[in-house]
Amino acid sequence: MTVEDQLAGLTTGAPSTVLPQVLLETGVADGFVSLEGPTGNMFVSFNSRGLSSLTLGTDATEFQDRFEPQFGRPVFPVTALPSRLGRSLEKTLRTNRLGNLPIDWSGMSEFQQAVLRKTAEILPGEVRPYSWVAKEIGKPKAVRAVGTALARNPVPIVVPCHRVVRNDGHLGNYYYGTDVKRAVLEAEGMNVGDLVERAGRGIKLVGSDTTHIFCHPTCRDARRTTERHLVEFRSEEQAYGAGYRPCLHCRPAA
Amino acid sequence: MTATKSAAAVFLVVMMSDTVALVNNDLAVDLNRAFPELVRQMQDGIYSGVRRLVPSSADAEDITQETFVRVYRALSDYPADRIRELNLSGWVWTIALNLSRNAARTRSRRPRTVELDRDAFFAGPGPEAEAITADQNRQWSRRLGGLPAAQRDAVVLRHVVGLPYADIAVATGRAEGTVKADVHRGIAKLREELS
Repeated sequence: MTVEDQLAGLTTGAPSTVLPQVLLETGVADGFVSLEGPTGNMFVSFNSRGLSSLTLGTDATEFQDRFEPQFGRPVFPVTALPSRLGRSLEKTLRTNRLGNLPIDWSGMSEFQQAVLRKTAEILPGEVRPYSWVAKEIGKPKAVRAVGTALARNPVPIVVPCHRVVRNDGHLGNYYYGTDVKRAVLEAEGMNVGDLVERAGRGIKLVGSDTTHIFCHPTCRDARRTTERHLVEFRSEEQAYGAGYRPCLHCRPAA
Repeated sequence: MTATKSAAAVFLVVMMSDTVALVNNDLAVDLNRAFPELVRQMQDGIYSGVRRLVPSSADAEDITQETFVRVYRALSDYPADRIRELNLSGWVWTIALNLSRNAARTRSRRPRTVELDRDAFFAGPGPEAEAITADQNRQWSRRLGGLPAAQRDAVVLRHVVGLPYADIAVATGRAEGTVKADVHRGIAKLREELS
């Protein structure tokens, strides 16, 4: 065997970790970890811009297979989130508030970003109708588009699209189904039974007969009103007609 | 020479340069899309070559990764025309050779910002462990280590990696004739030692 042949025989394959590690470091691919969430296991992906996706589920291969066609880049498992991002996410999951958790907004339209940022302002334990989000972002007629933008929320739970409900007060749709939406809301201390009961009677707003202010039923101000002073309304018009003014905190739109 | 023959020769040259330029063009058009393919195509060659220039497989793995990370960062700063004109393998090897020389001196492993979940990629020994024994690695490390640096680089790039002389000239920044002479002398010394 010639020297040349022996040298040619020294060719070996690069370790299988090289490609994913390079793609992660250059940001050509995202990394992901598996975490315990409010409804069980979830997969959280990230890149240098921040959190890129959150998926409820247990099948890592299925998660990876669906990620690439949706985001246009691959995703690889990593041992842990980068430490700052990890601490930030831990706080978000503990407090149920987005806070300063960095999100990769880069693949989203300005409209979707506006919808999701507004949704992130809804406090845990409260819900708002789609029409409220539409009005708040200055697009009162875009109620259906708001629904679509929320349905495509790549980071559910941390951007709480589960806190946006149907305009008639019923829970409405959720990517993972209404039962999961109910479970997530209950996990953050919401009395979903009350909400559904009130919606069933056609009640969209409540007021206080001492302050003559009306609110969304789950507004923290409305929840302070005692049973004796609570007044129920079926519409904004009815509340205005009774001489009530809208709450400055929840800015009701229904 | 007949007209047909020369036309065929021209056609062949055009075909060949088109094949090479295709990768460059893909990189110039959409770097993020084409880059994984560049890594897939070149990683075995880079790893195999670097492995003969540094002490351990861990170093070779690190340098292979760092090479591609630097390639990506450089390409993202280059204008499209410059990417189209690059001798890719020669240029990538310039970076790999520099890193290999530094590693041979300092041998410090690079800290990573994100650590891949290796369990998801490794099941049992790596491909190198199966193909080349530790004993063979030691012997080649000693033999190649005995050559002057220029001859060692040229021999590895020519006969382990299989690079054309033109690319080795770009990678080492030396004239093609000098590279040929380096390979020739290096091989002669190795042959002497093995006989």
